[in-house]
Amino acid sequence: MENIGALSVMLAFCFAVYAILGSVIGKLTKKPFLVISAERAVYSIWVLLTIAAGILIYSLMTGDYRMAYVAHYTNKAMPSVYKYTAWWGGQEGSLLFWNWLLASYATVVVFKNQRKFREIMPYVIAVMMATQVFFLTLIVFIESPFKVLMAGRRIVDVGDGQGLSALLQYWTMIIHPPMLYLGYVGFVVPFAFAIASLITKQPGEAWIHTTRRWTLVTWMFQTTGVLLGAGWAYAVLGWGGYWGWDPVENASLLPWITATAFLHSVMMQEKKGMMKVWNMVLVSATFFLCIFGTFLTRSGIVNSVHAFSQGPIGMYFVVFLSIGIAATVTLIVSRLDFLKSEAQMESVLSRESSFLFNNLVLLASCFAILWGTLFPVISEKFTGEKISVDAPFFNRINIPIAMFLLFLTGVGPLIAWRKSSFDSLRRAFLWPTVAGVVVDVVLFAMGVRSFYALMSFALCAFVLLTVAMEFVKGANAIATKDQSNFISSMIELTHRNTRRYGGYLVHVGVVIMFIGFTGKAFDQSMIVEIVKGDVVSLGKYQLRLADILQGQNDNYRWQKIVVDVTKNGEHIDTLEPEKRLYLAKKEPGSNVAIRRRPNEDLYINFAGLSDDGEKVVMQAYVFPLVSWIWVGYWVVLSGTIICLIPSKSRLMYPRTEIVGIAGKHAKV
Amino acid sequence: MKTYLKFGSLIVVILGTLLWLAMGGISETKTYYKTIAELNQLGDGGKDHRLRVGGDVADSIQRQGREVRFTLTQDNLVLPVVYSGIEPLPDTFKPGARALADGKLGADGVFHATKIQAKCASKYEAKPIQQPAAGPRAAL
Repeated sequence: MENIGALSVMLAFCFAVYAILGSVIGKLTKKPFLVISAERAVYSIWVLLTIAAGILIYSLMTGDYRMAYVAHYTNKAMPSVYKYTAWWGGQEGSLLFWNWLLASYATVVVFKNQRKFREIMPYVIAVMMATQVFFLTLIVFIESPFKVLMAGRRIVDVGDGQGLSALLQYWTMIIHPPMLYLGYVGFVVPFAFAIASLITKQPGEAWIHTTRRWTLVTWMFQTTGVLLGAGWAYAVLGWGGYWGWDPVENASLLPWITATAFLHSVMMQEKKGMMKVWNMVLVSATFFLCIFGTFLTRSGIVNSVHAFSQGPIGMYFVVFLSIGIAATVTLIVSRLDFLKSEAQMESVLSRESSFLFNNLVLLASCFAILWGTLFPVISEKFTGEKISVDAPFFNRINIPIAMFLLFLTGVGPLIAWRKSSFDSLRRAFLWPTVAGVVVDVVLFAMGVRSFYALMSFALCAFVLLTVAMEFVKGANAIATKDQSNFISSMIELTHRNTRRYGGYLVHVGVVIMFIGFTGKAFDQSMIVEIVKGDVVSLGKYQLRLADILQGQNDNYRWQKIVVDVTKNGEHIDTLEPEKRLYLAKKEPGSNVAIRRRPNEDLYINFAGLSDDGEKVVMQAYVFPLVSWIWVGYWVVLSGTIICLIPSKSRLMYPRTEIVGIAGKHAKV
Repeated sequence: MKTYLKFGSLIVVILGTLLWLAMGGISETKTYYKTIAELNQLGDGGKDHRLRVGGDVADSIQRQGREVRFTLTQDNLVLPVVYSGIEPLPDTFKPGARALADGKLGADGVFHATKIQAKCASKYEAKPIQQPAAGPRAAL
């Protein structure tokens, strides 16, 4: 079995090399059949990697404890679903997963473009397959998932494995890594299209449309992955943090930031033919940051709670990144003439300008995060002392940036292209500004004094009202014209320009998330040592330790406390935070209890028990507004999906403004 | 030209502010990585810095209410640590685990930690299986 798996990945490696050569040579010598054969090689790679992955999953699920990977990451007592997730629980398996996803993306791209983009497809394939070759190198030659345990020359079956880390045995493990990987891997597609269009000097912006959709899909996965990670940390780490500026978290945020910047600045290219070089840089940066993130997670270069063990693969990443970046920069520089801007900035008060500043601060934030993450490495190089910076550094620089972005979120969509007059600005922003001020006055009167909290809530109100006004204005116009009711005109409005109104919805989601983030300013916490029957109070709640229980199952031994929660003398809930000791690894884990409500979460962690089993160390927290973050995420997700639905208007009127302008420039 | 001047100055102002914030952020939160051996040689000047020390957690961990006392060991050197942070200690924090303590070195030679990161050796990657022969080898 494992031999077939290893053989499959090796064959896939050969096919990937062939696909690069076949497509490029086929293109250069004008032999379409070679290109077609390269495309078939892509399909074959997917089949081969699916076989390899199938074998690994089968071994994990059935517990083939002769295999090193199976024995390291699973054990008999684990629930089957976690045996399955062990596929991405360790270095080798997750690299196979990476490869498989990449092959899947490549297959979809090739399949969808059998008749489109014939000029650039060979290079698209070559770029994707070059990445594939790199990642296959890692699992074919260095970190094979198909190693067996050997004693001397004999294969050993160890009978039972060591099990997956306790922190990973949580439902999010099923979906968080795949989402993040779909994000990371998916950015290879826009990158491949960008590079291919540069090589072949494609006129027009047709490739940009494809790229934008791909970026949007991957962006959606990446957003989901990052937020699932945040939700996971919140629910298992025991102190209610959802973001700790840990290097690996940062690594997942960096490509997300550049992709967000790209999704905005790409509009400038579509509508005005501007920022072409910049967009190339953003697409490339996103791709390389994805590779960099993978590198950071796996090389042990920086200390992180998420990191895989130090492997020998760091050097390979450095080489791949250096070659890739050097080649991309050379290519972009050699094509500068072709990437000339077709229009110029005309005014600071314009849509163009808001995009420019949006990009500027997004990139500044990206750079600051990168700098902070690599600070230990950089400082050691230059001063000889390893110095790290902490969460306060990241917050200090990113909170103002976030505020500015929030402001632009409100301003950008309403401000006119080219040049806006103060008069029109006043008309558009008078009421939103009033709303922001009113919110702050009310909050101030209620005793809120945190500067950033006030600023954030004011801006949230400002943005929400601008978006709401846009919807209402548009829907009213349709309602009067079509004599339809308000709701159906709202749907009609969105359907006519899904990109625009879907985008607004994404903005609303982001605002809702910001309301949740701002809640952080009002956290309350306490740590107490109590015995059975004790009552403590936190905020509006009284917490009574009702009982201490314990038990055991095949996978872990557990202890839990039963806490009765009362508010205003009324019993409202019973929370049961739990501590576990996973038997296979002798590793402790904890399950906090959270009472989630829209206004605030009550969060209790069972931190410790004295040896006599009497005294309980309990940590209790009140986290206001946290749920808004998760609600905001769903709004962002629905907005993104709406953006992906083709607009009705484009079907009805083939030459809309967008198509018109893009077409005009294409001819030039 | 005037437009470009406006853009230029706005960009400079924005980046300048961010740079200023970043510099402040770095000097405020920078933490020096030190080994226990280096800590012992540290002069009084170094005691103002925030430090991060790594080591193995020794067997006795004493909890006294909110405070947790334990010792970190590295190459036969020991460092007494008092932890009094708000975050609960990570689940992976237990005798034998590798831990990183952030904090300051007190005049009494005790390390006052405000943050503990523990990295269980088996976090993601298990130690090689206890087999008499050499470690795992590739099948092919």
